[in-house]
Amino acid sequence: MTTVDSATLLKIHDLMVKNRLLEERLITMFKQNQGFFWIGGPGEEAFNIPLGLQVKKGHGLDYDYLHLHYRSSGILMAMGMDPMDAIRQMKNSALDPHSGGRNFAGHFSMRKWNVAPITSPIEVQYLVAIGTAIAQRDHGGTGITIVNGGDAGTAEGDFASCLVWASRPKQELPMLIIVTNNEWGISTSAKTQHGEKHIADRGNAFGIKTQVINGNDVNESFAAIQEAMHYVRTQRKPFLLEAKVSRLYGHSSASGGMFNPNEEDPLPLLQKKLIAANLLSAEAIETLRAKYEEELRLLADQVKTEPQPDPHSIYDFTYWQQQGKYW
Amino acid sequence: MATIAQAIRMALHYGEENLQLAHVFGEDVGLPLGGVFTATQGLKTAWNSPLDERGIIGAAIGLAMAGKRCVAEIQFCDYIFNAIDLLKLAGNTCWSTNGDWNLPMTVMTPVGSGIRGSLYHSHSFDAMMTHIPGWKIVIPSNPKDTYGLLISCLKELNPTMFLMPKAMMYLGGDELIPGEPASGLKALIDKPVDKAAAENWQPQWPPELTDYSVEIGKGKIVREGTDITVVSYGRTLPLCAKAADQLSQEGIKAEVIDLRSLWPYDWELISKSILKTQCVLYVNEDTEVTNFGEHLIRRTVDEFFYNLSAPPKLLAGAFIPGVGLAHSLEMASVPQLNNIVEAIRSVIASKV
Ligand SMILES: Cc1ncc(C[n+]2csc(CCOP(=O)(O)OP(=O)(O)O)c2C)c(N)n1
Repeated sequence: MTTVDSATLLKIHDLMVKNRLLEERLITMFKQNQGFFWIGGPGEEAFNIPLGLQVKKGHGLDYDYLHLHYRSSGILMAMGMDPMDAIRQMKNSALDPHSGGRNFAGHFSMRKWNVAPITSPIEVQYLVAIGTAIAQRDHGGTGITIVNGGDAGTAEGDFASCLVWASRPKQELPMLIIVTNNEWGISTSAKTQHGEKHIADRGNAFGIKTQVINGNDVNESFAAIQEAMHYVRTQRKPFLLEAKVSRLYGHSSASGGMFNPNEEDPLPLLQKKLIAANLLSAEAIETLRAKYEEELRLLADQVKTEPQPDPHSIYDFTYWQQQGKYW
Repeated sequence: MATIAQAIRMALHYGEENLQLAHVFGEDVGLPLGGVFTATQGLKTAWNSPLDERGIIGAAIGLAMAGKRCVAEIQFCDYIFNAIDLLKLAGNTCWSTNGDWNLPMTVMTPVGSGIRGSLYHSHSFDAMMTHIPGWKIVIPSNPKDTYGLLISCLKELNPTMFLMPKAMMYLGGDELIPGEPASGLKALIDKPVDKAAAENWQPQWPPELTDYSVEIGKGKIVREGTDITVVSYGRTLPLCAKAADQLSQEGIKAEVIDLRSLWPYDWELISKSILKTQCVLYVNEDTEVTNFGEHLIRRTVDEFFYNLSAPPKLLAGAFIPGVGLAHSLEMASVPQLNNIVEAIRSVIASKV
């Protein structure tokens, strides 16, 4: 297994702190009535940041397409997404570039980086991903399609569809299929619904390469993603990667958005290692935390001054480039 | 004269050669069958997908995102219902991203009764589909419009739904499609039924096919008249025209409009006609409750209440779970010529 070099580890740590504080800021905004609903990915940083850092970012078939779900802010932050834009979406600001104040927090869309719009219906992204992967299969090169989602959602037929389409004989798709398994679907424990040992095992029936990893371990995540991506990029075949992750603040604001001390937190895990390796001090970590906390607090203040969407805009963009009532 | 199935094939071929159409796919769409109605025979980009309607629509969305124009077929609209939230997704993608993404993609699917298809080969899809914003929806009733509407779909920058009235797939029209040879089309582009001949068969596409398009959103008057406006589309359209011809012998002059596009629809054309005739009958074969024709009636009443001299009427399919197989059941379930004739008479009779 490749080990992650110190500089990358520090970079990952920096982004993990920033991403965690962003999510915590969004939760605070919800609690302060600065947004109607929160859902996001605190607890998944040790997997999502290493993933985002290894995405081939850009527009068009030579770059990676991303079909993500609502816990993916870490991936996009690692790719360079401006946290202000996540705050704008939380506040449904008119300047929210992801949805113009139309969609929930964490429902990002960035066409310029091949990030397909994140949408609420569970699992449909595993179907849409088929299309970009077909286009990339035909195109060749090293661009791949990456799709992620939770464990409970894999009970939808769409997940099985994805495995079928990705492994059609001689027409395999260059697709990194990810399941982030936090062992919950809102309030339902995976143990009560799933008889399979690992979700990833379902790939075996299709001859798809699979791996189950501890997504709370940065080193393990980084290396597994690197290997899986290398395989998909070069072999032009699918890979099913299941990462065990934590759900640190419950499902969403609907379940209170409270910190859950029973879940393993990947951030202090990494920090302990960094301190033990003399790469960071407890003080430096605290300074970093304070810096991002302040930055994000200021952004949350700033967003309050932004306009809300114009009610006259409700019809806009029902069709491409269309503005105003269209019928 | 080309049939609707042949018109589809020729339009798709034209799209492959001239409009960057890169994928035509769905269940049994590629070799060896070329579609259950032969509508995709001989096309170089046609391929068979897994038997998975949700996957088919999802793949079409993804292809559109990747800049690859495609036509995805759902074998019968009776089997599109499990993909409705994918259709919703396609329809809301531009809107939900505030204009960031657009999806140039076409879905085509056979609709309606008329082949003794019983419960699951007789459904209509116009009422359901017109409930989904963000799509443009067309339904031709003759081969020339089929070609022209499909070409327009292939040029659209939004998702388009191409509904094919399945009872009419093998019917010819009375107008040549621009570029269509005056005779001998079948020998050129129909795959031979004989197995040996079919083996290495290649279509001989008419070389002169053109960009002929029918603008989405434009209806057409197929019979002019002054006594009543009859608005229809798809399988029931030629029946309305026939009814008008029959009634003209009694001195009733019905104006028949082929709507051709359900969204956007040609309200201007309908309005002008209603203002002239002062009464209207809407005819389609989808089930009558929350039917698209009910929307048209609502708008008619909203805008023309004081211009009407008779209550606007909708003639549609019975609100029952399916179309029964027996001839007697199918005839009683969806509008037939005699029902249309009667409905026209009853509207005229109720004129004040
Ligand atoms: C098709 C669909 N059904 C139900 C829901 C409501 N819902 C939202 S999240 C969720 C649980 C998803 O669990 P999982 O796939 O494990 O992802 P996680 O939220 O745990 O990351 C449900 C049932 C939905 N959004 N979409």
